[in-house]
Amino acid sequence: MSGGLSGQRAWLLQRLSAALMVVYLIYVVQHLLFRPPTDFAAWQTWWRGGFMALSSTFFLLALILHAWVGGRDIILDYVRPLGARITMLCLLGAFLIFCTLWAIRILLVTT
Amino acid sequence: MKQALFLFVGLDAQSILSEHDAMTKKSHNRPVFLDLTRIQMPIPAIVSILHRLTGLLLILMVPFLLCLLETSLSGSEGYASVMSLSLPALLVGLFVIWGLFHHLFSGIRFLLIDLDIGVDRATARGSAAAVLAAGVVATILLLVIWL
Repeated sequence: MSGGLSGQRAWLLQRLSAALMVVYLIYVVQHLLFRPPTDFAAWQTWWRGGFMALSSTFFLLALILHAWVGGRDIILDYVRPLGARITMLCLLGAFLIFCTLWAIRILLVTT
Repeated sequence: MKQALFLFVGLDAQSILSEHDAMTKKSHNRPVFLDLTRIQMPIPAIVSILHRLTGLLLILMVPFLLCLLETSLSGSEGYASVMSLSLPALLVGLFVIWGLFHHLFSGIRFLLIDLDIGVDRATARGSAAAVLAAGVVATILLLVIWL
């Protein structure tokens, strides 16, 4: 496990991804509060703009890694039998990969 | 080997070894009290377990949020349907927003504790109570601004 996302590397990754997500969320929330979208066209323009698509992709990457490390910690703490543990980890991994691909389709593949 | 060593230094090996065994056994048989309904957890423990629970909640909510985003970007009809969510959906949304605020504030508290800020018991308890309150206050504040 030394090469994977465990130990000190996971610890550091959890904190760096958290910091990145805080910056993104502050930007998004202040935008929604002070310049709320007036109609569909404005909403679409905001999301299709290069800046939002790019920063959302980075946010998504941070979110998925953060969710993997956090979810993995919870599973390793509470699920002790090896078989159940591996099953849960696989389910979490598949779930997160599914969410990533779906989000990329929404964010980067223009419809 | 151990017995021979004890005999060599003139100790009663049998009694020492059995005493050692008894002590080891004792440490394994110590009473464990983990009845979560009867343990009174200190506030930092409540904040910590809520950090985990809200983290789990947020992971499980990702598909629903992606679904909302996809619908809102699918066209003006989808946008309108997301903008006029039903009351139950809005209440669930408010709960998720509270979860995000709590996870965010308790996460910042953990980051500060990592940096050795607020580690002593009094400060840790105070900041835990502050985090617990801040999550609720921020959710209410957001609701007020939105309405």
